[in-house]
Amino acid sequence: MNLAFEIIDLTLIFPEIVLLATTFLLLILGLFRGEYAFNRVMLLSKIALATVFIIVCSMPANREVVFHGVFINDAFSILMKAVVLFSALIVLMVSRKSLASEDIAQYEYPILILFAVLGMMVMISANDLIILFLGLELQSLSLYVLTTLRRDSMKASEAGMKYFVLGALSTCLLLYGSSIIYGYTGTTNYDGIANILKGVSSPSLPLMMGLVFLIAGLVFKISAVPFHMWTPDVYEGSPTSITTFLASAPKVAGFALITRVLISSFINILPQWQILISIIAIASMILGAFSALTQRNVKRLLAYSAVGNMGYALIGIVVGSEEGVMASVLYVLLYALMSIGVFACLLNITRRSQEINTIEDLQGLVRVYPGTAIILSTLLFSMAGIPPLVGFLGKLYIFKSAIAANFYFLAIIGVLTSVVAAAYYLWIIKAILMDEPDLTRWIEHYRNYRREPAMTVVLLGAAVSLIWLFITPGPLIRITNDAVASLFDT
Amino acid sequence: MTDLPLLSVITFLPLIGGLFILLMKGEEATIMTNARNVALWISFLTFALSLILWINFDTNQLSYQFVESANWIKDLGIRYHLGIDGISLFFILLTTFLTTLCILASWESIQTRVREYMMAFLLLETFLIGMFCALDLVLFYVFFEGVLIPMFLIIGIWGGERRIYSCFKFFLYTFLGSVLMLVAILSIYFITGSTDLTVAMDFSFPLALQKWLWVAFFAAFAVKVPMWPVHTWLPDAHVEAPTAGSVILAGVLLKMGAYGFLRFSIPLFPSATVTFTPFVMVLSIIAIIYASLVALVQTDMKKLVAYSSVAHMGFVTLGIFTLTSQGVSGAVMQMLSHGIVSAALFLCVGVIYDRLHTRDIERYGGLVVRMPLYALFFMLFILASCALPGTSGFVGEFLILVGTFQINSWAATLAASGMVLGASYVLWLYRRIIFGKLSQANLKGILDVNMREATILASLGGLVLWLGLYPSPFLNIITPAVNELITNHKNWIQEESHFEEVRNIELTPQDIHTISVSDFHLPTPQGERP
Repeated sequence: MNLAFEIIDLTLIFPEIVLLATTFLLLILGLFRGEYAFNRVMLLSKIALATVFIIVCSMPANREVVFHGVFINDAFSILMKAVVLFSALIVLMVSRKSLASEDIAQYEYPILILFAVLGMMVMISANDLIILFLGLELQSLSLYVLTTLRRDSMKASEAGMKYFVLGALSTCLLLYGSSIIYGYTGTTNYDGIANILKGVSSPSLPLMMGLVFLIAGLVFKISAVPFHMWTPDVYEGSPTSITTFLASAPKVAGFALITRVLISSFINILPQWQILISIIAIASMILGAFSALTQRNVKRLLAYSAVGNMGYALIGIVVGSEEGVMASVLYVLLYALMSIGVFACLLNITRRSQEINTIEDLQGLVRVYPGTAIILSTLLFSMAGIPPLVGFLGKLYIFKSAIAANFYFLAIIGVLTSVVAAAYYLWIIKAILMDEPDLTRWIEHYRNYRREPAMTVVLLGAAVSLIWLFITPGPLIRITNDAVASLFDT
Repeated sequence: MTDLPLLSVITFLPLIGGLFILLMKGEEATIMTNARNVALWISFLTFALSLILWINFDTNQLSYQFVESANWIKDLGIRYHLGIDGISLFFILLTTFLTTLCILASWESIQTRVREYMMAFLLLETFLIGMFCALDLVLFYVFFEGVLIPMFLIIGIWGGERRIYSCFKFFLYTFLGSVLMLVAILSIYFITGSTDLTVAMDFSFPLALQKWLWVAFFAAFAVKVPMWPVHTWLPDAHVEAPTAGSVILAGVLLKMGAYGFLRFSIPLFPSATVTFTPFVMVLSIIAIIYASLVALVQTDMKKLVAYSSVAHMGFVTLGIFTLTSQGVSGAVMQMLSHGIVSAALFLCVGVIYDRLHTRDIERYGGLVVRMPLYALFFMLFILASCALPGTSGFVGEFLILVGTFQINSWAATLAASGMVLGASYVLWLYRRIIFGKLSQANLKGILDVNMREATILASLGGLVLWLGLYPSPFLNIITPAVNELITNHKNWIQEESHFEEVRNIELTPQDIHTISVSDFHLPTPQGERP
């Protein structure tokens, strides 16, 4: 095998190289300057993310496979990377102040996030099961450490431990699945697998087993049922600044990964895995909706809501057509952005040294922080899928694709669980807008009150885009369409 | 006609007013006064603009008027398509008129979070008007669902003691109904390739599918009407909502369902409508009689009026599904009348509730002594509610009964008996509140209606008499639109039965051999109508 590569190969992984180099530099800076470096590392990380974001956005959108077919760059990878970078940037912007109040204002936080983002970028661009594994592990290991960043907290350590053990198990499943697939097809390359499966109507049992293991390993990352158990504990246990990150970028990257693996290598045996994914989707929607109903902890509730939302997103993958995948991608993008918005609102309260744990902690928020409260309720209405907010657009596309492919039962289960889901979103809204605040609790807050420009920008941006994207969805839909088209165009 | 997109202006003017209120700055007290004034002026301006619609409305033109059309979500063929006909015109007027009155009625009774309250009402107005104008199924759905948000907040924030329970019940009940409609809308899109109502209307769906789609739309509309047995959210919502919330709920929100039947169910699924007619009629008659009986035993004034709404809306659905010109025109008239009368009754309840803070009928009695003017207005609306000739209620119910008699005399008889029950519970209510001895101590100092309340009630009273004594300006616009709908419906049924025949021809292999090419000019079983 010829191991040489050309210069063009390097230009296509330029964003990853830049990110890696800066992360190392920042790590060294942090090591030498210790605690004093936190502010500087934060600032430089933001600049790094923004720069890489610009580089990624200016990459050529045509499909290009480099390094002997293991690394791919196409419109899909550009879009997904851009979203991951954008979410990470927003997370850094909104969490700066709350990190201090959560006792984790350490330079490791931005650096771990940068490493995780690097892992995600590799995952998104992977065109080979081995590269997939490398990216996934880089991401997961960074996230495990990130979860336990608050070392003194029992809860955080427990969450991190749980996350690590279950994550390691899922990685084993994934590796096992990959090895079976390799044993059957003789290749780990997505295109290679697709070529071998061309014209195969009923693949052999071992291959199916391998695929099932692979899918099991992958859906763990997006916390779909039955691999969702870690989600509520990790969301609850880790500090809110970290949950914010966990709830956004990894979901997008994980979803991109599943989409690319299933669509570009296993699309030919779609009917074989369709049933599996549809069961996962249905179970996620139902469990997500009903389990969240009984939660009193806001973060646990949002974790179950994430489970449910991933169920909706998987509907499009079940459909398997370009239309369906486009709906899924759109849904995940919108979900990630709304979810960052919701957590940003929570952070905006947390940064004033008040932990938000239960829904009761949010009671009467509108009297204390009207702006944050109204934006948070709008975000929750949007997540519940009530028009005229952008969350409805995502649901509309998902259900449309299901109906177009005659998956009426998926659409009907989807709409019915969305009614159940509306109930718990409304429950939070009720606490925020309708309940009376316990003013003694909030007095301390008022004292600490100081406007933070970055937070204000993010929250206002979220509020405006919720409505604006619904009124003029054209550009967003065009970008998503192009991205998904590149996935099918092989 | 001018080039100004009048419908869009009317729809979004309240929203802009709401944003303006949001951005107000200053002292708490100043904001309160300013928010009230801005809301009043914006809603009044909207009302004035909607009167221009009426003046410029061309009675002779049967297609949609003031049409605006633009691409919205190109990818899905969803259009921003607005337009009105003789049916929707008056609902827009009703909305703009009642919103103005609601804002006026909440002038003193709402003292907390006035700014948010006014914003919620203006937002609600935008959604309601948009819903009555929308000619695209998805656009309609957006407005139809959007209504839930402000109404949820109005009940939940400014409501009574059990407001949380009521607003959740209201929201989830109606949301559950309408999501099924979303599935149906999407399958219509999948079949016709467009969500435009005018495109979908020209399309004949196979009967089996039509029935499913009809049921899905019915789920959404029946909950909104509300029809028996899915009416249980209504009494709760009414009782707990603030007065103005009840007014807009009874006056306009209940019309959304019936309007949906007229605008979507009948034109899109003509054959299925005919199939389900007996079912709807039975439900309507149960609603009329059952709700009237329940209303008789209520001790809470608002609950009583709420059940009377269920009964009156039973008349409306009965009228619509007679599918006769008189029945449907009557239903539209009845909706307008009910919009005014029930709004007025809730306002009347609100007037004394503001003074005594109880809705318990027992606590009142002999009000005529202290409140003669109030007693006069209340009597007018009570009589309109039991459809006395000369009031607005009579025209609608009479036409509905005429229409029903043509279809089924039993149904008409039962419905007419419901009218008797209707008269008994409202008259009894009136007797218990207004007449009798003024024995309760705290009633001794009660004051009659003030200028503001008198203006509101007088304007509603004037409308009640106008609709009752001289309904032609309204009927002249409504009837042609209704006739058009009924004639089209008859034609569609004929065509569809023809299509069904073609579909049901079962071909044996021999037949296929004998069919020659020239046989293929038969109308395609599924496709556009010629």
